[in-house]
Amino acid sequence: MSVADFTFYLFALTTVVGGFFTVMARHPVHSVLWLITAFVGATGLFVLLGAEFVAMLLMIVYVGAVAVLFLFVVMMLDVDFAALKAEIAKSLPLALLIGVILLLELATIFGTWQFADGAQAARGAVTPALSEAHNTLALGRILYTDYILLFQLAGLILLVAMIGAIVLTLRHRPNIKRQNVIAQMHRDPAKAMEVIDVKPGQGL
Amino acid sequence: MIEFFTTTNLGIALLILGQCLLIVVPLLVALAFLLYFDRKVWAAVQMRRGPNVVGAFGVLQSFADFIKYVLKEVVVPAGADRFVFFLAPMMSFVLAMIAWSVIPFNDGWVLADINVAILFVFAVSSLEIYGVIMGGWASNSKYAFLGSLRSAAQMISYEVSIGLIIIGVILTTGSMNFGDIVMAQDGKGLLSWYWLPHFPMVFLFLISALAETNRPPFDLPEAESELVAGYQVEYSSTPFLLFMIGEYIAIVLMCTLISILFFGGWLSPVEALPDGIFWLFAKIFFFFFVFSMIKAITPRYRYDQLMRIGWKVFLPVSLAWVVLVAFFAQYGAFWGTYARWTVGG
Repeated sequence: MSVADFTFYLFALTTVVGGFFTVMARHPVHSVLWLITAFVGATGLFVLLGAEFVAMLLMIVYVGAVAVLFLFVVMMLDVDFAALKAEIAKSLPLALLIGVILLLELATIFGTWQFADGAQAARGAVTPALSEAHNTLALGRILYTDYILLFQLAGLILLVAMIGAIVLTLRHRPNIKRQNVIAQMHRDPAKAMEVIDVKPGQGL
Repeated sequence: MIEFFTTTNLGIALLILGQCLLIVVPLLVALAFLLYFDRKVWAAVQMRRGPNVVGAFGVLQSFADFIKYVLKEVVVPAGADRFVFFLAPMMSFVLAMIAWSVIPFNDGWVLADINVAILFVFAVSSLEIYGVIMGGWASNSKYAFLGSLRSAAQMISYEVSIGLIIIGVILTTGSMNFGDIVMAQDGKGLLSWYWLPHFPMVFLFLISALAETNRPPFDLPEAESELVAGYQVEYSSTPFLLFMIGEYIAIVLMCTLISILFFGGWLSPVEALPDGIFWLFAKIFFFFFVFSMIKAITPRYRYDQLMRIGWKVFLPVSLAWVVLVAFFAQYGAFWGTYARWTVGG
């Protein structure tokens, strides 16, 4: 077994074990931690495939940002695990049914999958050799030339989703105290302070 | 003998292990003296004497502290999640170390010369949040939890602007490799370094680096006046030591990043003098001094002010800067200063 094989099996095993325990872990926080393990394993697999840019993006976006927010939310949940377990047991048949249907659908698609004659060649043609352009450059060229419309559309969809999320959660509460930073910065001692000479025994 | 180290698997593994040790051991020893230096600067600003008992002028204070931390009892709070509780400081320490594998110390002196080095450092530094969040959550303490929540929000906010500033540098260089970034700044000494074309971003990066590493004036996750010590409050002995070392290594890493991205790494400021590793160390040391001075002379920010600066000031400014740099690079403004990949080939 070569070193590359060994690392592949290591990362593959990490990913699968991470995914398994994401589902099986008792505590949601542990689930998220296992999910992160699975992400890191997938990053390693991408590196082994030579897709270094995608690997680093997976690390930055999923592990560094998305999973942090997951963890953030899950840590603050106060879930009754016993009740949750009972719920799971109750809806297990339905879940199994959906799982089996999905699996059958995937199997059907996989069995009848047909490639067009030139598909493999067309896919190979857009990938330049590693000696000509490194990973990031090649990816950038494809994204910003052949697939510019799809790329921009994907960006637009994300923008719409972001604005939608903000609109849904933004509410103006009238009865809270707000900080006005500009006003705070323009305060000076003359306006904010008053020096009073207090006579002994009299008070204010 | 040389064949053994370059051809066989065991040899290569031993060679890499040796190179790792060559980075980690000097880094940890240097850190001991940097910690001492940090405390001395802080003391000098407050007109105290600082550590002055262990060794001549107290230079061995860090080693004494090290022995003290290691020999203390490890206390695990009741109701703590033991596994995560001990995993957190280890992650914090290991992740801070990993980023150094792609840092070049001189022309070609780098452990892993990868194409996406800068993204790698960015990814690893974004993972450093986990040590803090996991530590705060696993401690089963309100203060620690509040500290870790603050830290997570703060680090995510400032990572965005750090990422955008880095994109400006990548656009100018045309490469994400640290060696290429430094060599693109070669030429007329001090004047061809990136601090000049990316002038406003140097300050934004410095301030974002302070927030990213939880240093004063942005040390809200461990604000001792409100949260006791934030996410570290339940930690004692060696786990606490690991947290502290991880934090300081992250700070030194940020100083190194500023030196490499904006101040020419190992290049000498005057053309007549030779380039060398000495210059990189001098620059790192200088920025560490800047970090220490900022810690000594600035009062702590309020949390809403911190978030406001991150999202409402730094993010728009750095985003606008990326667009501006892209225009400059595309149309070769300022004699190609912003598009160095076209000049150098």
